[in-house]
Amino acid sequence: MVTVAATPIVADEQIARAWKAAETVVDPEIPVLTIADLGVLRGIRIVDGFIEATITPTYSGCPAMNLIALNLELALEEAGFHMPRIKTVLSPAWTTDWMTEAGKAKLREYGIAPPAGKASRRALFGEDEVSCPRCGSGDTERISEFGSTSCKALWRCRTCAEPFDYFKCI
Amino acid sequence: MTETPLFAYTLRLADNALILGHRVSEWVGHAPVLEEDLALGNLALDLIGQARSFYSYAGEIEGKGRDEDALAYLRDAPAWRNVLLVEQPNGDFAQTIIRHLLYAAFAHPYFEELARSKDATLAAIAAKAVKEIAYHVRHTGEWTIRLGDGTDESHRRAQNALDELWPFTGELFETDQIERALIEKGIAPDPASVRTRWSNTLDHVFEEATLTRPRDGYMQSGGRGGRHSEHLGYILAELQFLQRTYPGAKW
Repeated sequence: MVTVAATPIVADEQIARAWKAAETVVDPEIPVLTIADLGVLRGIRIVDGFIEATITPTYSGCPAMNLIALNLELALEEAGFHMPRIKTVLSPAWTTDWMTEAGKAKLREYGIAPPAGKASRRALFGEDEVSCPRCGSGDTERISEFGSTSCKALWRCRTCAEPFDYFKCI
Repeated sequence: MTETPLFAYTLRLADNALILGHRVSEWVGHAPVLEEDLALGNLALDLIGQARSFYSYAGEIEGKGRDEDALAYLRDAPAWRNVLLVEQPNGDFAQTIIRHLLYAAFAHPYFEELARSKDATLAAIAAKAVKEIAYHVRHTGEWTIRLGDGTDESHRRAQNALDELWPFTGELFETDQIERALIEKGIAPDPASVRTRWSNTLDHVFEEATLTRPRDGYMQSGGRGGRHSEHLGYILAELQFLQRTYPGAKW
């Protein structure tokens, strides 16, 4: 059993260690992104001596959430935190603005165009320009607003003619 | 009846989302093109996800140990509280699209209002749903324009669908005692407050689609009180089959 001492310094260390373990959990549908990159991992704290990790779904119907919660529990157990609690929250609603810059770079490398611009800005000015993740061309077009998962849309590059996924900006 | 107004109201929101989600999911594998198959699958997934959140909360409010699955799989038709619009058959593609537009054009402003509810959980579910429903309005709006302003055949089908479904739109704006109590407390929005936004969205789409907005005449009603069309029974027969036949089955 990991016992958590009452001193705040030890608690901080525990939380930092738990965060490191939680950060290793990836999105099963986009395995290059961790849940921290995505902004799905919202927080970690200690409640009654147990680690509690909070996650939030990208979309209401995101089917990956159950697996993410399970993998997160396992990752924390393996790091020595017994009986960790996983809490799912809906508020504040997830936004692509929470995706880290490192996460966006990893997405691009993986062949998925990262969300362009800020969600708040998009609501005002419509679709931003999306660059092709393969050749970098800005001459692209949308094929469909829906793709292989809730969070992605289908695009095509007019320069290199490759179809690609675009991570929707919400 | 020992149902609290909050439970009954949350169940209505959940039932609307699940029944429409189930209807749309019937298209998976049958849509006219692959991209549309994916799109409809995604629309259905959003709705079913929203339904899950509403059901979980309804179960919590009720406090009798019923979870989302018990509420979705183990209630008979008269206990369902969805509006009649969402249980209408898929018909042809035009009917599916127009039915969805009529619902989404309502749900979008309605959830915007619900996101300001004094009930924190309903507000959180709505704030999430509103981002998703925005895509539904856009997608079905674009298709309505394409169909209405398309060929003679697609125009005819779109107009037919609109004429047939219009009498089901009145129920979206009905309020009863249950809802009025919650409106007064600032928990539920007054549907009348979103009527103009709903109407403007539709007028904008119909104009571009060269479709004629039907006149408001006799309106169908009853779903929210548990009086359903025959269609709901068939939906439930499929939706609930597994849990009714093998109670408690898990995989």
